[in-house]
Amino acid sequence: MLDIPTYDVLIVGGGLAGLRAAIAAVSTDPTVSVAMVSKVYPMRSHTVSAEGGAAAVLREPDSFESHAFDTVKGSDYLADQDVVEVFVREAPLEILQLEHWGCPWSREPDGTISVRPFGGMTTWRTVFAADKSGFHMLHTIFQTSLQYPQIHRYDEFFVTSLIAEEGRCQGVIGFDMRSGAVQSIPAKSVVLATGGNGRIFAFTTNGSICTGDGMALAYRAGVGLKDMEFIQFHPTGMPSTGILITEAVRGEGGYLFNAEGERFCSRYVPSKMELGPRDIISRAMTTEFEAGRGFTGPYGNYMHLDVRHLGQEVIDRKLPFMRELGLEYMGIDIVKDPIPVRPVEHYMMGGVDADINGATPMPGLYAAGECSNVGFNGANRLGSNSLPECLVFGAAAGRAATRYAREQTPPTANPIAGLVRDEERRIRTNYLERSAGGDRVGVIREDLQRAMDRNVGVFRTEEGLQEMAAELPKLRERLNRAQLDDRSQAFNTELVQALELECMLDCADTMVASALARQESRGAHARRDFPERDDERYLAHTMAYQQPGGPPRLEYRPVRITTFQPKARTY
Amino acid sequence: MAAPKTITLSVSRFDPERDEEPRLQSYDVPFHDDWVVLDALNWIKTHADGSVNYRWSCRMGICGSCGMNVNRQPKLGCSAFLRDYLPGPIVVEPLNNFPVLRDLIIDMDSFMEKLRWVKPWIIREETALSAGEHRQTPAQIEQFRQFSMCINCMLCYSACPVIPIEPSFVGPAAIALARRYDLDSRDRAGEERLRTITGNDAVWDCSFVGECSAVCPKDVDPAKAIQQTKFESTMGMLLPWGGTK
Repeated sequence: MLDIPTYDVLIVGGGLAGLRAAIAAVSTDPTVSVAMVSKVYPMRSHTVSAEGGAAAVLREPDSFESHAFDTVKGSDYLADQDVVEVFVREAPLEILQLEHWGCPWSREPDGTISVRPFGGMTTWRTVFAADKSGFHMLHTIFQTSLQYPQIHRYDEFFVTSLIAEEGRCQGVIGFDMRSGAVQSIPAKSVVLATGGNGRIFAFTTNGSICTGDGMALAYRAGVGLKDMEFIQFHPTGMPSTGILITEAVRGEGGYLFNAEGERFCSRYVPSKMELGPRDIISRAMTTEFEAGRGFTGPYGNYMHLDVRHLGQEVIDRKLPFMRELGLEYMGIDIVKDPIPVRPVEHYMMGGVDADINGATPMPGLYAAGECSNVGFNGANRLGSNSLPECLVFGAAAGRAATRYAREQTPPTANPIAGLVRDEERRIRTNYLERSAGGDRVGVIREDLQRAMDRNVGVFRTEEGLQEMAAELPKLRERLNRAQLDDRSQAFNTELVQALELECMLDCADTMVASALARQESRGAHARRDFPERDDERYLAHTMAYQQPGGPPRLEYRPVRITTFQPKARTY
Repeated sequence: MAAPKTITLSVSRFDPERDEEPRLQSYDVPFHDDWVVLDALNWIKTHADGSVNYRWSCRMGICGSCGMNVNRQPKLGCSAFLRDYLPGPIVVEPLNNFPVLRDLIIDMDSFMEKLRWVKPWIIREETALSAGEHRQTPAQIEQFRQFSMCINCMLCYSACPVIPIEPSFVGPAAIALARRYDLDSRDRAGEERLRTITGNDAVWDCSFVGECSAVCPKDVDPAKAIQQTKFESTMGMLLPWGGTK
């Protein structure tokens, strides 16, 4: 027996997917013990920055088939359609569940839940809480979770590896950031819900915590990362900071203008205009910049996003946070001024290989939310599909992990104690006791971010991707020689940054290798040298597996098509 | 070309493994006009001293991580613009009224316990999802909307004059969130939550200085929540029909 607490279900990550999994675990079995492990307090999780809303079919004349088709077409036919079909049916129930838990969804005068239009959606189906949807959803579900004594939180605990013994996942190893003490948290099942990895790029909407930790944990344990070449660039980021200007600005009727005063979307997505899918609008903006039709500012080219015609009343009711952000960070009032915007890295479609229940190929290991790939988003996620994805598949993973845990014997003591000693030694010798005079971690990270911006952006080429592939081992070598200024145990965030950078480099390896191998353009993966979609060769998921000392090994897996046969994706 | 502008940040440093007391350490930071204190700290950590520790994530005033004292005023580091503190120096310290774990990082576990204590969740008989949504009009949302905007940044606890005297005082943000649920038309807690926040360590400890509302970066106005709760509990005592919904 172990003399340390062990749990039935351990969840890594306290954002929307992780918290939904935790509550689903308790609902599945009230006797369950759940560990909620996060490197931040849960309400700091990046869900908090989501703005626009959550898509779900709430009422006539909308239909499940319509939401499913929009999602599949938006994915450029790379979504697994059986997964999409389950999602569209579950999403409305999850929206109602959040409502029952107190989420302040915006309402119609009669008290019913409001919906707004969103990119790539053929009808109004995006539920919202003004333009702080993610903030309200996260705080609602976190506060709701506080009533369950079965959920034991480990706040500010950084997980460094999975315990994968006897062919199954049996918990995690990491350290409490306050003390720096490495320890294990054994559990019968583990759910990864660690979010995205946008900080691999310099210009991103993502918060500093989005470093791909969960993806790297699974990858190192032998689980494949799926579709990692598909990285979403959101059309409307603040040119200086990358702070997100929500797609709801266009949903509510905002226009995009180039420097010649043209609504240039008419050339690219004439039937949808500003409400085209994100991949296409981001390419349209980039193409316009290259044609010399963008505005030019201190941070490069940008376009104007204009909501002045909506009037102050609508802006203050539906987009108050956008007005606040404009005033605060750009010194503009969006009631009176157009908003400068440019495409910005936003979301990782790829992630840990998982099935419709969040189960990975490793017994006992589950994944949900942005860190996972359950086959739902394909080559391009539609805006407002990711918040309900966290709910639907977070809940599914929580239920499945609980059922699995019920069948398992407790984790065993002997190997775990040894693993903790090994991990403690690895961290100490690699970082805390190293005396070589290498670069600072922050400098290496910045170089990675800039190189990724340059080479793995909206449009890709063989040359750029090869350059990045050559750069990654050098960055890793520099990290191996990095010099930490901070040798203390207590709250050493420089050590955390170093370990996060290891995760970012692992993710970047798979992103670049997967992008190089996919010699076609599909969804968010646009190759200048292969501008057409090639269903003959690439109507398939890319699977990337870690290999010692080299680039990842790639495999392809067929897409599951049930209802919608692939056809040309025009809007 | 103009010489690059620099500003001096004096950052509070404390390492429990080495220091008895916090000390200030100065850094000269080259900066852009649109930089905030958080940008300056990030520059220091990347280019000057990797051992400076602070919390941050979203850098857009919504995650609530980067509360700190900037020239003795509680601020979000991501919305305190360097240009407002020229010519400097800027003194950056941890928030008041919390134990310091390291440099600018406070121990806020006490708040996490206080938050749970006020039961910040909907209390009512569970209804089936198949029954659909509870209707709630825009006017009903308006009743509690302001109090639902709290980002748990702890600025109000740092400004509160009661907390240093009564550390067990549940405090402004937790009371605002209790009020948020009390005013939600879907909630049926009635006396259950109200009794908690009108009992010991709660609203009656507040001396109504209003500092909490003055420093709130999201205009939550916790002082209003406290006053409303006091009023409601008084009405509940005085009037047989009064007070709670």
